[in-house]
Amino acid sequence: MKQKILFALAAIALLLAFALGTLIYKSQQSEQSAQLAESNRANLVRMHSPTLGRADAPVEIVEFLDPACETCKAFYPVVKQMMAANPDRIRLVLRYAPFHTGSDQVVAILEAARKQGKLWPALEAILASQAAWAPNHRPQADLVWRHLEGLGLDLERVRIDMAAPEVARVIAQDLEDARVLNVTKTPEFFVNGRPLPSFGYEQLKKLVDEALASARR
Amino acid sequence: MSSETTAWYLIFTAWLLAAGSTLGALFFGEIVGVPTCVLCWYQRIFMFPLALLLPIGLFPFDRKVVRYALPLAAIGGLIALYHVLLVAGVVPETMQPCTQGVPCKEQVIVWFGFITIPLMAAIAFAAIVILLWVAYFRSAK
Repeated sequence: MKQKILFALAAIALLLAFALGTLIYKSQQSEQSAQLAESNRANLVRMHSPTLGRADAPVEIVEFLDPACETCKAFYPVVKQMMAANPDRIRLVLRYAPFHTGSDQVVAILEAARKQGKLWPALEAILASQAAWAPNHRPQADLVWRHLEGLGLDLERVRIDMAAPEVARVIAQDLEDARVLNVTKTPEFFVNGRPLPSFGYEQLKKLVDEALASARR
Repeated sequence: MSSETTAWYLIFTAWLLAAGSTLGALFFGEIVGVPTCVLCWYQRIFMFPLALLLPIGLFPFDRKVVRYALPLAAIGGLIALYHVLLVAGVVPETMQPCTQGVPCKEQVIVWFGFITIPLMAAIAFAAIVILLWVAYFRSAK
């Protein structure tokens, strides 16, 4: 009997230590990333960063996105819904975080499409067809092209523009900013400069709602 | 204390080490996000079952659990020893069976200048082996 109690107590103590360690570590991390975002405001939005929505919108969502990331694909309509539900009050800033190998080429296609004023339709088409051009999570830019047909893009022009040095610079700068802000997973959101306390739809919704509410005051 | 009770406490201590190591590995891997290299995975394969296997031998006490647990601990200990030697540079780098992504030689965590995760694993495995060994012969008498 004594031994059973000893064992149960030891098991509970170990699990409690694990849970406590997790809690402490997570809260330290979220505090750190908030401070990081606070002290590196310039890294959050760049002059070159594409934006969607009114420039004077009170709420600004900065999203670090990898076109080959499945969760980014799942979150994209969520953000669009939030924007549609609060017209003219939310602005989306797109930052590239092509962490998948080969994903940077897809970002280059996006940047080239942007020159023709078709960044957002191209992004939507690319996210929608993600499974087709990134089989087994291996992005292959060659497979993207046929999913861009019908957008009215001059694809020949895109092929030329995507190799431009300023496109490479944009990607390099975004990746460097991701590193400075300790963005290691995508998507990562910053709402008016504040990172998500932990990742999840509810957390994003809460942060956006808070920002909307404080803007109304 | 009867020799069987002593053996029980020895195996219980071995379980404490195994469960602590298991939760520690999960903490570093899942919470902190330290990348898990190939050799670490092999050590996990031999450590994690001990956390479940040993309590089954504790209630009711069955010294035979040592027969099942000892090979796991011994092999895990050998892998950990190899890993420690690799980190120390005794085993040449060309021999390391690691993927490009996560080199086993790179140590993310170093405490007090010498305590690394493979060293902790090697010590835990060695202690488990000794505890189980002693427990087996204690309870045999």
